[in-house]
Amino acid sequence: MLGSRYARVALFLAAVVAVQLLAHAAEKPFFLTQLTMAAYYTLVAAGLSLLMGYAGQISLGHAAFFAIGGYASGYLTTVDLTARREGPLVAVLARLHVLVPHADLYGGEALSFHPWAAFAVAVVLTLAVAWLIGVPVLKLKGHYLAMATLGFGTIVYSILLASESLGAADGLGSVPPFPLLPGISVGGGRAARVANYYVAWGLVALALLVLSSLVESRVGRALRAIHGAEDAAASMGVDVARYKLKTFVLSAVLAAVGGSFLTHFNAGIGPAEAGVMKSVRYVAIVAVGGMGSLWGTVATSAVLTFLSLRGYFGTLDDAVFGAVLIAVMLFSPDGVLRFDPRGALRTARDRLRGSGVAG
Amino acid sequence: MSLLEVSGLSKRFGGLHAVKDVSFRVEKGTIKAIIGPNGAGKTTLFNLVSGVIPPDSGAVLLRGEEVNGCPPHRIAAMGVSRTFQQIRLFAQMTALENVMVGVHPRSRAGFLAGMFHLPWTWREERDIERRAREALELVGAADLAGADATSLSYGQQRSVELARAVAAEPELLLLDEPAAGLNMRETSELAKLIKRIRERGTTVLIVEHDMGLVMNVSDEVAVLSYGEKIADATPRAVQKDPEVIRVYLGDDAC
Repeated sequence: MLGSRYARVALFLAAVVAVQLLAHAAEKPFFLTQLTMAAYYTLVAAGLSLLMGYAGQISLGHAAFFAIGGYASGYLTTVDLTARREGPLVAVLARLHVLVPHADLYGGEALSFHPWAAFAVAVVLTLAVAWLIGVPVLKLKGHYLAMATLGFGTIVYSILLASESLGAADGLGSVPPFPLLPGISVGGGRAARVANYYVAWGLVALALLVLSSLVESRVGRALRAIHGAEDAAASMGVDVARYKLKTFVLSAVLAAVGGSFLTHFNAGIGPAEAGVMKSVRYVAIVAVGGMGSLWGTVATSAVLTFLSLRGYFGTLDDAVFGAVLIAVMLFSPDGVLRFDPRGALRTARDRLRGSGVAG
Repeated sequence: MSLLEVSGLSKRFGGLHAVKDVSFRVEKGTIKAIIGPNGAGKTTLFNLVSGVIPPDSGAVLLRGEEVNGCPPHRIAAMGVSRTFQQIRLFAQMTALENVMVGVHPRSRAGFLAGMFHLPWTWREERDIERRAREALELVGAADLAGADATSLSYGQQRSVELARAVAAEPELLLLDEPAAGLNMRETSELAKLIKRIRERGTTVLIVEHDMGLVMNVSDEVAVLSYGEKIADATPRAVQKDPEVIRVYLGDDAC
């Protein structure tokens, strides 16, 4: 198991390099911009795959966590605290270099959070929100859980849309690049395109390594057990509520990391990122990739998100993801990458006849 | 001190008094059976003991410590394991993986340890697998380790479920109608197996319909009827108890 996991990550990285070389050879280096964005959305899908495919819990609110991460980073790195410079807290944070001066839009100087500090706040904030929402909501099951998380997503979307300080319908702009490592910043700019592509997909590879370790561990088995038979898992000593909550929080934090990085990369974020259709899109991607298949989810996310970002779906963008979801549920509920044509025909026939499928 | 002591346990479901003021003890190292006609409250009693449902009144004491109100996973962590009347194996997991989940209370790798594949978990993981394979061997299902658990035959699924329940070497094993759906040969093998499990140091509390099995393996038998305990003695004494005979065979006509 161990060998195969590292081998798969290595294979994944080889594919990442191959795509970059291909884009270069095809003289379409601008593809890398959308591919980089796709990587950050893929982080959301990977986390959701853990929650849905392994622990068996649905969330129609993961776009909200992505947005919370993105907005937290965007807001904190653009808010100007110069006026409060004399305040004790601001002074201390400035001395600790948590707050750093930078040029503002109009050529003046602004005092804002360092991107690393903002990132840390984004992660902790998401963790706290996911925990607070998760405790009551994860007591629900199936449709009820879907509806509750949908409600949460709608609330976050409405708050973002109504908050003047967060740019209301326009969202946040002028978000500075994120100096991740010496010489490498997450941000737009043609020169850094290749580096950003590798940073983004490197992050996905890291997430894959960590998540696939988790699913093959004691906790991973317990999560699959919860998926299979919750009461029996509890009787085997698995603290079902706690495991669900931790998985929910972990997947939310991954979404927030994606949101934070993408906000720096795009130099901004808008409320549509928290929209319900975004959440549905993540669920569709996990469904196509295959419930319980991290790798399938990542591959699907990379392809579909890239096509969507390049505008191949045109004005039917959301409709495509909706249609994909319907098709998957009808013909291959286990995911397209685990497609079994004969089984699919049987399932589809049963479903169209209306006999339904138990469980 | 008894390993398990149930005192004055009651549970109502609406108008139905499923368990009515039931008390009994299970001594360490024994096999105790609970029998009774359908609807006598046996499974409810099991669910009360394993924490699936809380009692309305009364107490469940494990090694003298009150555990009623504890959730099932806490009770499992205290060394109480169980099987289910309706087989509850984990789908899309192999038999071995199912049994490995059974070792959960005896292992501790959490989310961070799993995510970062910390070196100390490697040994634990090997230990979990070793215990699981031993348990499969104990129930005679070692060759099923790699099979998808829910694709197995009924009898094989029962074996795997039993292996899962004993993999953590629990102090107390609760068996909910383990012989249901088994043929005579399988039932007699089950009897031997239950005795072997006791020899490993596990105390067994069993709810069962199959009289042959109960009388064969049990040290003590408690009889429930309409939620009340009407007898609690050795198998031989219970068989002769006029009240038990009346409950099982009905009143004499006229």
